[in-house]
Amino acid sequence: MKKPPLLLFSFVIIYLVFLYAPIMLLPIFAFNDSSIIAFPLSGFTVDWFVGLMGENTLHRALKNSLIIAITAAVISTCFGILTARAMARHNFLGKRPSFGLIMAPLFLPEIIIGVALLIVLIQLGISLNIWTVILGHILICTPFSVSILYSAFNNMDKSIEEASLDLGETRFGTFRRVIFPLVKPGVIASLLICFTISLDEFVIAFFLTGVEPTLPVYIWAQLRFPSKLPSIMALGFILLLLSLILLAIFEYYRRRSETLIGNQPS
Amino acid sequence: MSSIFRNINASLAGWRLIGTPFLFGFLLLVAPLFLMIALSFWTQDYLDLDRTPTLNNYRDIFSHPVYVLLIKRSVIISLIVTITTVLLAFPMAYYISFYGGRYKAIWLFLITIPFWTSYLLRIFLWKIILGYNGVVNSGLQSLNLIEEPLSFILYNANAVVIALAHAWAPFAILPIFVALERIDRSMLEAAKDLGDTAIRSFMRVTLPLAMPGIVSAALIVFIPTIGDYVTPRLVGGKDGLMVANMIQVQFSKANNAPLGAALAITSLLTVLLISLGFLFFNRRYLRKQSS
Repeated sequence: MKKPPLLLFSFVIIYLVFLYAPIMLLPIFAFNDSSIIAFPLSGFTVDWFVGLMGENTLHRALKNSLIIAITAAVISTCFGILTARAMARHNFLGKRPSFGLIMAPLFLPEIIIGVALLIVLIQLGISLNIWTVILGHILICTPFSVSILYSAFNNMDKSIEEASLDLGETRFGTFRRVIFPLVKPGVIASLLICFTISLDEFVIAFFLTGVEPTLPVYIWAQLRFPSKLPSIMALGFILLLLSLILLAIFEYYRRRSETLIGNQPS
Repeated sequence: MSSIFRNINASLAGWRLIGTPFLFGFLLLVAPLFLMIALSFWTQDYLDLDRTPTLNNYRDIFSHPVYVLLIKRSVIISLIVTITTVLLAFPMAYYISFYGGRYKAIWLFLITIPFWTSYLLRIFLWKIILGYNGVVNSGLQSLNLIEEPLSFILYNANAVVIALAHAWAPFAILPIFVALERIDRSMLEAAKDLGDTAIRSFMRVTLPLAMPGIVSAALIVFIPTIGDYVTPRLVGGKDGLMVANMIQVQFSKANNAPLGAALAITSLLTVLLISLGFLFFNRRYLRKQSS
């Protein structure tokens, strides 16, 4: 390995400090024994974590967010499988435009998606609840699912499928017993990513949620009250640990997926 | 004849799969966008909608300095954020691609970790870093570098730029990294062997070949940031508010959804126009490089 120029290496280190600066503060203030979020620190406490246990609104918001995130992850991943499979294996009329439409939410400002959905729901007279948030989240999670699953479907050896069909397995049987096991790690990776994105999504939830807040909407409301900030830091720290665990599992399955389809994991 | 049938059959097989997600996207994205366009030509009449088509909302936007100012400011902030993010991301991506060696995957992992914290809290934590009694000010004061806390770093456009350049970093690093990975290293050696200096071979080989990555990085940052709602609200203060904040106000407190829709359409069109212009100039640049 070549040695990098000193200037480049110092830049990389400073940039990493910049990237990590905000999240480094999270554990510091989550355990800091003061109701004011500022330096100097005053002492160690776990009170803020204990305090979270008694917050009923928080528990409700968490429950809503989990329902939304799980439903959105499952449906987006189903859409991801369908789209990735169609893109990888079939040539059909309108392939590119329909793919573009499904991937479009990735390139649109979230507020546009939120507002556009809100207008339709109001016009149709549908009242806002967690299902309306789920609809919005499926829309923004599907592109991520497609990009994870596309390479899994695309790099899979076509002859394995053909062999299975030639040996008398039905199409459905081939999917269940041959294709699905090969793309399973990709499916799990997609479920995890969609779950994490939905759990953290704020703007669309802010527009489409009714009286039942999601976790980010709850956090947003709490940010206005200075006295609530330390417990929000504690909550943020728990969420960070949770996402890191999910991310590690995701990375494991992504690598499995690459190995299964015969790529060198990168 | 049979080839036509085969085409139709193949199309059907593809559509059987993609049909459902396509229909979902059509009903929940395309149709709502069209309704939003229609709404922007209607008028809010207290609790009712007046559906006579009119250009009044757009006339309102362009005759009220506050709307024009917000859109202009959003565009300028997004452009600065895009340039800053891409300029900072490039050396990082370059380092990982050229000096990462066996550890490339770990480097990429290291870069994405901070972005799995709650988006709201990440932006909020910048407030703590940049604030009057924040990390930066108390740090600089304890080092005796400044006497009074710096006030130009929070509650203005600077803070918005810093927080957004942070929030979008991985979205810029990853595409540039992918483009750099694709560069055939023997081309750089050839340039060196043929007597190009390091800087010249960078300008004439690396940069043009990395351009597709830079372009996607720029667009992926530019388009969504213009509609950012959270960052201006949390760290922007009064002078850092952007158009998304005004759109939200129109849909809630101001109860003027048609005007909100017109604002959303105007900013979306502005972004699209700028992006298309950017793509056009980029194509010309690449053509000039290759001739």
